[in-house]
Amino acid sequence: MLHYLLNRLGQSLILLLLVSMIGFAVLNLAPGGPLSQFALTPGMTREAMDRIAHQMGLDRPLPIQYLDWIWRLLQGDWGKSYRDQQPVLQIIGSHLFATLLLMGTSMVISISLGTWIGIRSATKRHSLFDYSTSVAAMVALSIPTFWFGMVAIYVFALKLKWLPAGSMYTIGNASISDYAIHLIMPSLVLALVDIAVWSRYMRSSTLDVINQDFIRTARAKGLTERTVLMKHVVRNAMIPMITLAGLQLPTILGGALVTETVFTWPGMGRLFLDSLGYHDYPVVMGLLMFSAILVLAGSLVADIVVTIVDPRVRLG
Amino acid sequence: MTDRPSNILTRPTRRQALSLVALGASGVILSGLPRLGEARAAGAKTISGQLTVAFSQEPTVFNPHMPHIEVDDGVHFALFDSLFSVDPEGKFVPGLASEVPTVENGGISADGLKWKVKLREGVKWHDGKPFTADDVKATLELLVDANFRSWRKTGHDLVRDLTVVSPTEITWRMDKPFAPYPSILASTFITPKHLLSASADPNNAPFNNAPVGTGPFKWVERVAGDHIMLSGNPDYYGDGPYIDKLIFKYVPDLNVMYTQFKTGDIDVVGLQWITPDHYDEAKGLDGKVVNVVPGSTVESFTFNMERPQFKDPAVRQALYAAIDKQSIIDALYYGLPTPTESYMPQQSFYFNPDLPKHEYDLAKSKDLLAKAGWKPGADGILAKDGVRLAFTCSTTAGNHIREQVQQYIQQSFKDLGIEMTISNLPPAVMWGDYWMLSKFDSVIVGLDFLTGSDPDTSDYFRSTSSGAKGGSGQNNWQYANPEVDALLDKGGALFVPEERKAVYVKIQEIMRKDLPFLPLFQYATVRGHKQGIDNVSPNVNVRIDTWNIATWRRA
Repeated sequence: MLHYLLNRLGQSLILLLLVSMIGFAVLNLAPGGPLSQFALTPGMTREAMDRIAHQMGLDRPLPIQYLDWIWRLLQGDWGKSYRDQQPVLQIIGSHLFATLLLMGTSMVISISLGTWIGIRSATKRHSLFDYSTSVAAMVALSIPTFWFGMVAIYVFALKLKWLPAGSMYTIGNASISDYAIHLIMPSLVLALVDIAVWSRYMRSSTLDVINQDFIRTARAKGLTERTVLMKHVVRNAMIPMITLAGLQLPTILGGALVTETVFTWPGMGRLFLDSLGYHDYPVVMGLLMFSAILVLAGSLVADIVVTIVDPRVRLG
Repeated sequence: MTDRPSNILTRPTRRQALSLVALGASGVILSGLPRLGEARAAGAKTISGQLTVAFSQEPTVFNPHMPHIEVDDGVHFALFDSLFSVDPEGKFVPGLASEVPTVENGGISADGLKWKVKLREGVKWHDGKPFTADDVKATLELLVDANFRSWRKTGHDLVRDLTVVSPTEITWRMDKPFAPYPSILASTFITPKHLLSASADPNNAPFNNAPVGTGPFKWVERVAGDHIMLSGNPDYYGDGPYIDKLIFKYVPDLNVMYTQFKTGDIDVVGLQWITPDHYDEAKGLDGKVVNVVPGSTVESFTFNMERPQFKDPAVRQALYAAIDKQSIIDALYYGLPTPTESYMPQQSFYFNPDLPKHEYDLAKSKDLLAKAGWKPGADGILAKDGVRLAFTCSTTAGNHIREQVQQYIQQSFKDLGIEMTISNLPPAVMWGDYWMLSKFDSVIVGLDFLTGSDPDTSDYFRSTSSGAKGGSGQNNWQYANPEVDALLDKGGALFVPEERKAVYVKIQEIMRKDLPFLPLFQYATVRGHKQGIDNVSPNVNVRIDTWNIATWRRA
């Protein structure tokens, strides 16, 4: 096990280095730069832009800029944003909370509800429940989140006035209940699609298991239907779900761009898009490295959890 | 799991937004709004309540001397003061200076070289320290400091011998007369010496993220990606403030911003305002005040004057007559922008209203081209002396309205035997070297030609200001006219507005005749705020709506 982990760690470090090089190159070779947004400003001159670029060190050769960046990173310095001069880790941290709150809530809702619907549809195959949830899932998957979010705001905020139209909390009056009220609409809108996805996966995974010989054996030895379901069917059907959940982990970093935009939620998705639009290289690179680490960690954790849930799997 | 991305959300760049949010105005402006000053409170001012202003870009730069965008200015206006500022009529009104220096009152010598500015007494920084002439000196010195990432040195680099005569008086000498300097000073916020200029590295001073000014509002906090909160400054020397908690909320999507305006979460819709397609609905909303406000950006069809196709003035005139401006404005821009013949905003003191009016007349185009000797070649495209009348037209890719404008124009041109190929580029490419070094044939672009209220356009029209010819500036047409150069020199050294006006009226006349760019229209935007908030009024001479935020108040 230890050998296996060390091996994985070594591979991961090389992978991270490659990711950083490719990311840095692609980002810097893309046209424009942190100063291009000032090009049409009245009175802005090329001379002034060149001067500021020089002061920011943007006119140095690319490999030098990269080495400078990675050298600082190895010393624990993730750099500072070009946009607001805040340290990169602090920026990621401040947006991470908003995203974790939103995505965490939504994931709890979608995984629990999705799993339940999936199992029930599989065990009651061809029932009204199965058909109606299948149709509902298809509808949910086809509705663009943006549209659904706007409709939800129209109905619940504009017409019924039950819920706030957006934001994470009321500025100047933030309490736990205030956060909770603001969380309802975005987390449900975000969960809608995910419930559909999880229920479809769970349904087919359960169906795979339910027709296997060992299930028939379990029934044959006189176990109650409930025990068969919980101990044998669900436990086996969950295994692919764990891998899936592990791979979902890094998407948290990407945030829920559309939902965050519609509900003015200050999360990672907006941060990423804004930083990219501004060519805020330190923050974009920070996000890239952070998410690469999460991808590697996520798949490692998923592999380990699978060995715990499924004794048949051995690492090494 | 992540959302699926949607192209509605692609954040428009400032350029795209200029045209997306294109609006134009009938010229009917806000007749019902009280003018600045009339709302002055008779008794003691009461500071209370909360007000939310929304911007579709996030303000992130709080040191007003570092490179920043309009929405940053929006916050600066609340925190800082300049020596004097510019009102909607283009007049200067005193700020930290007790009177605006002019030739008349002896503040500026007749040759424009000697300056004397008297400062207001008893003004305090938000941290309680007194404001003095030393702060003004330090600010003007910081702007030209070689180690400082200064936003703009123009004008400031001519200042010599800054002398603090007393805590309330400062004098200096200009290296040469520079008439735009008052306008530049009007947009130069004064920053505290003890926090910024005294810092070891002003580029990374703590001040940059916890600004301290003399303005009507004090810094409270910033929640990155969400909002900025300021509080009313009870010690403010001027009119106002009347709001206790001022919130600048970042709402990245314009549809969402409009919805939150409707639900009442937003009190004032800031940049980039209400999209033109919502104008009809917005003006009927209960409890909201919605207006069309002209901006200072002028949309033009711009030529690269070094291309052989465009050297012939007849071609430029013919192309102008072949553009159906009014249909473009009505059909694609919801009728909001105002057609124009000049680069100068029509609200400007320096605007020339007597320029020849454009007429859409294809027969005239045909006639002009024929007389100039352009004849159809074997492929049906006009040619003269081996030059085919064929060129590319570029603008920001993804700007759907402009793309439709191009297609519309392309069709008219084609009927005349002119081949225009549309070749649009992503914003970073379009407005990079391609634009700055004149690598285009023609471009559709919205430009703000003026710095504040000043009519000087040397950066744009002077023959030495084009990047492609090694100059520094934005003369990307590569326009060169010795007469205009001479007039720009003359106008830049005159300090009496009426005398300057004659010069710039003439320049507008020449530009209308030479047509290095075809002026299409002046943009206007749809702005809105809740009923019962007074003094939210536009000012074409500044970049952002919050120029008078000190006086905003709930009725």
